[in-house]
Amino acid sequence: MQLQYFLLLAAALFSIGIYGLVTSRNAVRVLMSIELMLNAVNLNLLAFSSFLDPQGIKGQVFAVFVITVAAAEAAVGLAIILSIYRNRDTVDMEQFNLLKW
Amino acid sequence: MNLAEGVQIVSFGLLGLAMIGAALGVVLLQNIVYSAFLLGGVFISISGLYLLLNADFVAAAQVLIYVGAVNVLILFAIMLVNKQEDFDPIIGRWVRQGATALVCFGLFSLLGVMVLQTSWSSSTSGAKPAVDTTVLLGEHFFSDFLLPFELASVLLLMALVGAIVIARREYLPEEIVSPQQQPPLTLPERARQPIAISAGTSSSPQSTSE
Repeated sequence: MQLQYFLLLAAALFSIGIYGLVTSRNAVRVLMSIELMLNAVNLNLLAFSSFLDPQGIKGQVFAVFVITVAAAEAAVGLAIILSIYRNRDTVDMEQFNLLKW
Repeated sequence: MNLAEGVQIVSFGLLGLAMIGAALGVVLLQNIVYSAFLLGGVFISISGLYLLLNADFVAAAQVLIYVGAVNVLILFAIMLVNKQEDFDPIIGRWVRQGATALVCFGLFSLLGVMVLQTSWSSSTSGAKPAVDTTVLLGEHFFSDFLLPFELASVLLLMALVGAIVIARREYLPEEIVSPQQQPPLTLPERARQPIAISAGTSSSPQSTSE
């Protein structure tokens, strides 16, 4: 096994996440795309931790912190989506223009 | 990791294919419930990849937190906002999607070329991987990463309280107005009238104080 394989896989997952983040119109799917991107970052961290620093596993420590922040972000993001849905009665990203000029 | 090299290659290929396929399904499928369940598949595949990378504690935490908490939270959000609505068609949407796909493919090829061109100085590739990662992680958390660890707990508390405050129904909208007939830069929410609490009106709790 080589480090390059894992990095290529993480890059592919990150690109898919960016595509979903930009093109999707459902607000919940945007959050799913953000989770995909955070997981790609975690995969990168663990790959570097396993191949370049196998004794002191500092990459895994950072991955645990990223997982913590991702869980907090998911909770707050879904609460915001619920609040917007109650006000606007839609989850279409094209109609969320309250803060737009 | 005591697995043979061939077993590692095969399991890496299977997990990678499952992960990329499920991630494409998350992004491309029309039904969002299918997307949510495929997201669970992505998380489980990534957890298997973590096991290949000698990170057993993080793999278990991935299954517990992502599949058990975040995915269930997303499913609950889908159920709470699930309304069969057909989005208004946007003229030239395929141009946006094509341009985004092009940009994402360009980003992927840039990253791929960077990954393949760089000579990663894996000088410690012959070193034995750490055996008891849970003990090592605990030592890191309580010695040199103590401040970020405590800050993470404070962050989780803030996110908990903030999510409850945002998602709680504080105001009652009078009726649902469409965004077209609503004056701009306003929200349809309206402050709730305080309910009179006295002996006379206790029989009819719906009556509001005027």
